[in-house]
Parts: sequence; C-alpha cells; structure tokens
Amino acid sequence: MTVGIRRQIDRAMGALSLLCAVLVVLPLLLVFGFLLYQGASAINVDFFLHLPKPVGEPGGGVANAIVGSLILIALAVCLGVPVGVLGGVYLAESRDRRMPGVVRFIADVLNGVPSIVFGIFAYTLIVLPMRRFSALAGGFALGVIMVPIVLRTTEEMVRLVPSALREAGLGLGLPEWKVTLRIVLPAARAGILTGIMVSVARIAGETAPLLFTALGNRFWHQRLDQPIAALPLQIYAYAIAPFDDWHRQAWAGALVLIGLVFLASLAARLATRGRTVAR
Amino acid sequence: MASTPGVGTAGRLSSPPRAISSPRVARGDRLFALVVKSAVWFVVALAVGLVAALAWESSGAMRAFGARFLVTTTWDPVAGEFGALPFIYGTLVSSALAMLIAVPLSLGAAIYLAEIAPFWIRPPIAFLIEMLAAVPSVVYGLWGIFVLIPWLRDWVQPFLGARLGFLPLFQGPSYGVGMMAAGLILAIMVIPYITSVSREVLLAVPNTQREAALGLGATRWEATRVAVLRYGRSGLIGAVLLGLGRALGETMAVTMVIGNRPEVAASLFAPGYTMASVIANEFTEATSDLYVSALVEIGLILLLVTVVVNALARLLVWSVGGPARGARH
Amino acid sequence: MHRWLIGLGLFLAVGWLPQPAGAQLLMNGAGATFPYPIYSKWFEEYTKVDPSVRFNYQSIGSGGGIRQITERTVDFGATDGPMTDAQLQKAGDLLHIPTVLGAVVATYNLPGNPALKFTGDVLADIFLGKITKWNDDRIKALNPSANLPAQPIVVVHRSDGSGTTYIFVDYLSKISGEWEQKVGRGTSVNWPVGLGGKGNEGVAGQVKNAPGSFGYVELAYAITNKLPVASIRNQAGKFVEPTIESTTAAAAGAASNMPADFRVSLTNPQGAEAYPIASFTWLLVYRDQQSQEKGVALAKFLWWAIHDGQKYPSSLLYAPLPAPVVKQIEVALKKMTVGGKPLIAATQ
Repeated sequence: MTVGIRRQIDRAMGALSLLCAVLVVLPLLLVFGFLLYQGASAINVDFFLHLPKPVGEPGGGVANAIVGSLILIALAVCLGVPVGVLGGVYLAESRDRRMPGVVRFIADVLNGVPSIVFGIFAYTLIVLPMRRFSALAGGFALGVIMVPIVLRTTEEMVRLVPSALREAGLGLGLPEWKVTLRIVLPAARAGILTGIMVSVARIAGETAPLLFTALGNRFWHQRLDQPIAALPLQIYAYAIAPFDDWHRQAWAGALVLIGLVFLASLAARLATRGRTVAR
Repeated sequence: MASTPGVGTAGRLSSPPRAISSPRVARGDRLFALVVKSAVWFVVALAVGLVAALAWESSGAMRAFGARFLVTTTWDPVAGEFGALPFIYGTLVSSALAMLIAVPLSLGAAIYLAEIAPFWIRPPIAFLIEMLAAVPSVVYGLWGIFVLIPWLRDWVQPFLGARLGFLPLFQGPSYGVGMMAAGLILAIMVIPYITSVSREVLLAVPNTQREAALGLGATRWEATRVAVLRYGRSGLIGAVLLGLGRALGETMAVTMVIGNRPEVAASLFAPGYTMASVIANEFTEATSDLYVSALVEIGLILLLVTVVVNALARLLVWSVGGPARGARH
Repeated sequence: MHRWLIGLGLFLAVGWLPQPAGAQLLMNGAGATFPYPIYSKWFEEYTKVDPSVRFNYQSIGSGGGIRQITERTVDFGATDGPMTDAQLQKAGDLLHIPTVLGAVVATYNLPGNPALKFTGDVLADIFLGKITKWNDDRIKALNPSANLPAQPIVVVHRSDGSGTTYIFVDYLSKISGEWEQKVGRGTSVNWPVGLGGKGNEGVAGQVKNAPGSFGYVELAYAITNKLPVASIRNQAGKFVEPTIESTTAAAAGAASNMPADFRVSLTNPQGAEAYPIASFTWLLVYRDQQSQEKGVALAKFLWWAIHDGQKYPSSLLYAPLPAPVVKQIEVALKKMTVGGKPLIAATQ
C-alpha cells in the first residue's frame, strides 16, 4: 500500500470516528432537549426546597427526594466502593490460578442481572426480617448493583498501570500492600473514579429496586430504618399519573437528578485531580 | 517470607526483587490480603445467595413444567400455563441488535475522544457522555414513546419496509413499538458505559506504545490500531461486556417501547417481550404461587443466558488473543 | 482520604439520630397506582385536620399492596381488585374499605374523534380478535352516522398486571361466555391480540399517537389526554357515557345487595344511569390493630375519608361514594378494634 492510500485511510478513519462521536452525543442532546422543553417551566426555588404537593397545588417540590437520593447513594457507596475496588485489586494482582477467573466471570454475570432482582433480593434479606421498608435496604440494593461495575473497571484500570511503577516501589523496599495502596491505586485513580461515577450515575436513576426496599416517603425521613424518598421514585410516580402538572415535575425531577450526578462527578474529579500517570 | 496468598504481582516474566521482610511487613501484607479476600468472598457469597434464592423460589414452576418451560410460547396467568420461549428470544434479539449498533459507535467515539479530538473538547464531551448514564431508565422510556416511536412508525420503518421489504426482517405492519425500537433504545442506554470505560482504557495505554508505532512510520490510525487497541484489548472487551450486561437486564425503558407481546416473530417491526420486562411488569401483581414461581424461573433463565453469553465472549477473547492477556513490557 | 470517610460517617450519623420528642407518627401504606392522586390529596388535607400523624402512601401496584399488608411491612394496603379467598386466608382478618370509584373507559384514535357507541359483546369480540376492521358491520350498525375507515383495529391492552385490567376483563367475562372461557379474569391475562402498553399512561400514549388504535384506560387518563371515550350499553339497555355521575350511579345500583366485606364487582350493574365498567378501590386494614396509637390514627382517618374526604375526588376525576354505601362502611369501621376494644365509639 502506498503512503498516499494509507494517509487517505487515516483521514477516513478520523472522519469516521468523529461521526461516531457525533452520533453518540446526538441522543444525549435530544433527550436533554426533550427534558428541558418539557420540564424547565417547573423548575423554581420551591422545587428544591419544598415537599411534594397534591396535583394542581403550586409550590410543590422534591426536596425530600433530593436528600433521600443523596443518602441512598452514600449508603450504596459505602458498600459498593470498598468491595468493588478491593475486589478489582484482587483480580488484577492475584497470583491465584483459578479464583480470579471465577470471580471475574461472576462479576460479569451479576452485571446482567436486572436491577429489580437485586431489589427483590434485598427485600427478602432485609425488609422481611425487619418487617419494614427502610433506607438501609435501599442502600444495600443499590450498593450491590454497584459492586460488579466498580470491580471490573477497577481491575482493568489497575492492570493497565505499567509494571515499572510497581517494580520501582518494590525496589525501594516498600511492602507489597503499600505498593498497591500508595502507588498502584493512585496511578489508576482517574480510571477507577470513572468506573465509580458511572456506577453512581446508574444507581442514581434506578427505580425498580427501590420500590421493594426504600418504598419512598412523602415526607422528610427521620431515621435510616424508615422508608425514604428518592428522586427516581418521585419521577416515576409523577410520570405515570394522568396530570400534566405532575408530568412537568417529573421532567424537572429528571433534570435535577442529572444535575446532581453532574455536580457529584465534578466534585469527585476536582477532589482527586493530580498525581495520575502522565498521558 | 512465605509466599502470601492473594496479593502479588501477576504475569511477570521473572520475580521482582522482594523487599527485605520483617514480621511487621509480613503482618501488613497478611492483613491487606485478608481485607481483599473478604471483599472477594462477599461477591461470591452474593452470587451464590442470589442463585440459591432464585432456584428455591422457582422450584414450583420447575416441577410443574420441566424443560417444556424453555420451548413453549403460551403465557397464560389465568389458566396457569407458562412458557418462556418468547421472552428468551426477545432478550437475545434486542440485546444483539443493541450491541450491533452500540459497539462500533462507542468504540469509534472512544477512539475519537482519546486519540484524535482537540484537547480542549475532550473533557466536556466525555463528561456529557457520562451524564447520559444518569438519565433514569423511565425517562428514556418516555422519551422513546414521545419521540422515538413516532419517528420509527412514520419515517424509518415505512422507508425500510419499502426498500428492504423482501427481507423477513423488515416485513409486517409498522406500529412503531417493537423489536427495532427496543434495540435502538437499549443501544442509546448502553453507549455511555462502553464509551466512558473504553475511553479510560485507551487513555491508560502508555504513550510509549503510540510513539513506538509512529516512530516506525505508522499513520495515526495505524498506530491506534496496531499499538493502542491491541494493548487495551482486554479492557475494551471488559467495557463491551459491561454494556452487554446492562442491555440484558434493562427493564423500564424496554418495556415501554417493545410492545409487550409474548410472541416469536422474525420481523424487527413486530412487537416482542423480554425476560427482564415481564418480571418488571408482572412481579408485583403476580397472585398465585405458581405465577410468582414462573416469573422467578425466568429470572433464573436470564441469569443462565448471561452466563452463557459471557462464556462465549470469553472464548472469543481467548481464541483471538491467545492466552496472554494485556501485553506488558 | 480520611476527611472523606469522616464526612461520610457524619452524614450518615445524622440520619440515625433518634426522633425528637413530639415528632409526628408516621403511617406507611402502599398499593394501587390508580388512586395515588386522590390519596396524596387526602393525606395532605388530613395533616391540617390532625397534625400529629402523617400518612405516607406509595404506588407499587395492587398486588404489591396486598402482599405488603399480608407481610405487615406496611400499616395499610390499597388495591383496585378485591382479594381472593385464598389471599384473605393467608392475610388474616383484613377489612376492605372502599374509598372512591373509578371507571374504565374504551378509548380510540380515529380521524375527527367521533363519539362512538359500543355494546359489551362487540368489545369482547374486538379484544378477542374476531372483529378486525373499523368499518366492520357490527360497529357500523351501532354507529350509523360515524365515518368509520376501512383500517385495521390496533388493539392496545396493559402489559403490566393491573386492577384496571381486572375491572375490564371482569366486565368482558360477564358479557361474553367465549371470553370467560378463552381468556378469563385476572390482573394479567393471555391477550389473544394486541400490543401491551406499560401502565395507564403507556396505553394512553400509544392510543394517542397511533391512528386506528383501540384501548382501555382509567377515565382520568382519557380526560387529561383529551382522548375520545366510548359510550357503552348498560344492563338497562341504555348507552351511557363514562362520567363521574354515571360511575357513582354504578355503585348506588349495587348498594342494595352489597356484601358485608365490600368485595364486590360493580361491573354491569343494575341502574338506568349506571356506567357498566366501574369499580371501587379499597384500602386494606386489619380489623384488630396491634398498636393503640396507630389503630386510632387509622380509624379516625378512614372515618374522615368517607365523610369530609368525599368532597375532593371529583376535582381529580374520581367518583365519590354514594350515600347508602357510606352508611354501610360506617358499620364496618365500627368493627375495628385494638386488643378487643373498639376504636370508634358505637354512638358516633
């Protein structure tokens, strides 16, 4: 192949990948546009500060749902991040022969389980024995959904850290566990964080598992062992009702949800910037 | 120091120099290994517990229908007759369609964002794509109903039916709702995951790889293809499997656009039904024990399908790349 | 890193603070999605009547409501379809308290939105797949002046299990022997033809957007989506339009032989003005309550709901209970006890 043809292929591939990027961003713009068009009118200060009101009454808001979602995500992160990151480290670093393959397979399979099944699982494990719906059960269900995603992305990111870094640490006399914690994980930090944020984004929007665990709450929660409100639950309840007023609030709620995840992602990235492998 | 199980260095050609060990260091290593191992055991216990719970609940249906369950198409809650074939078919076809659309687009976009795009545009676009993952599935479903379905029903499907109608894939009346809508919306939902993770994988490939290829006279695309993609192959496969997992298990959005008709049909225009959708639709209202048991058995079958698909994907990776995963230098 | 953990810990600890003294009692309930708008209105209004108690209601479906109250994970349940004997046996002494009425309407998408008339057997045959075109002779015979195109009928039903479906197929089973035999009654049935929409809004959306569609939804969804509704012939032979008044009339017609536990089907009732596809929606409470505080709160709320609460339903497109039925419910409420002692004085 002449250089000329190779250059043409190069340009064609460049154009093709640009096209792919455009096509990927396009639905995003369409969905956002739809949400903005439908729901922007419902966003005002009341929306962020007040509790939900019956249909037709002005001044209703999703304040309790916002706080509820934050709490549920915090609970889920407490479960999902340690288990996922440590598990991912194991898969990437272990010298065991068969266990890592088995665990990797299990994680991939768990990724494919519908979230409603995890909700039912958490219901049987936590709600029934406690005889009540609770934020704890909701956090557990969401955390369990997070684990496989975080686990696999952590594994892949840790794998990609060049051996030179590890060897440098060991050569300096550091114990293996310090090399992993202080050198390898920080090096893979950006990628692991992406995995965590992607899974947080996923659980932030989950409705089905919360129906059986957190149930939802019209009011402010008072304790973690009581039902708690959540944005996706409120969005769902509004979206399936017959009233336009509530539909607008559902779209507005979706915008707020995406905004929340956006802010969380931004904060996480700002807090952990620097000290990554040079690109 | 005896060889500590668990944490260590993998895939090395020779053992790196060990730290001079002291009892304190050995204890630190053992403690860390213990913590890591307990995380792993949690994951295993989760999977085992899930399978056990599913198997237990579905035993009633398994006893009543046996292997017939997998090949019959009747789904009659009133008469107590249940068969899972249409749902299995629907899940496989809608996920396959979604991956066919999503994988090339996602990888292309990831390559663009990691290799080609101007530096100033990369973070905002990558960020935007991550945000797509936060859109609740019910919102995708409603967007599908109001925007996607009319577009398919009035523009896309008549066009395809006219031009390609000789293929059984594009025959039949155009309702808008159906397998094609489900595949498209799944693709849209899955793309953010594959793109985000693939992009991170590509960015993590050391520059030395690219520079080596470019130094040998490769064009930018050739360098990407030969050096970057090959190096990050296992990570990319992982990203694709992540997306596939989501596609197989997605409920809300799919059930709002697929037509929910438990039938096996060749055409993409025809309505269908997936395993995850029927569980989401009918579980809370299932009245009799046999009904609940049949739904749980569908959940178990979905798990099995996920296992088989993942196993096949692993075979694919292994046969294409050989046993050595992720070349190191 | 440590700062993160401390912050997270504090955040969660705040969630675990014990309730301050004098906090309100929280009552949790779950069940049918259909009455969610009216229940949320009621619970809001009731906080003004009794600020010491708050009611939290979430829609998880009628079946979910039945299951949760049976498991006693909630204080009260809600359902659009009455519990079966088997379910009641599992649950114990559970009372069905009717709260409001709803109507299931047949809605369609035709050019010009004509007001069409149907009989029960024509409806059954459409949903059985025996009548497939809009200009079928039987539809034309009922609607001679309507402009019916030669288009196929696109049937739309519910994909998810639902009380709305139960009411509709209950009516069809009463009218058509073939339907009863082939398909039968249930919250989820094996539909011979048609597409499945998720939820009332899924069916309404499908009908609204696709010409030639024919589906069934709760009255409120047809009205708010500005969809045409069909008039159905009732047992007295009259074609009745589904309105709030004709829905209430359906219950009034059944009041004379109402079973004591209110587990009654109101479809195809007596009464000249009655709309034939209507139903109660019920709240499920245990007759013998376990906690004095909760029992009193529940009994007082229910008493308010069937009296003062009845002025709110119509603005939200539900039908209020007819007066004779309210009297019958009062009798049932007086049977509620805690530890053997009645919660509502017999003289009230």
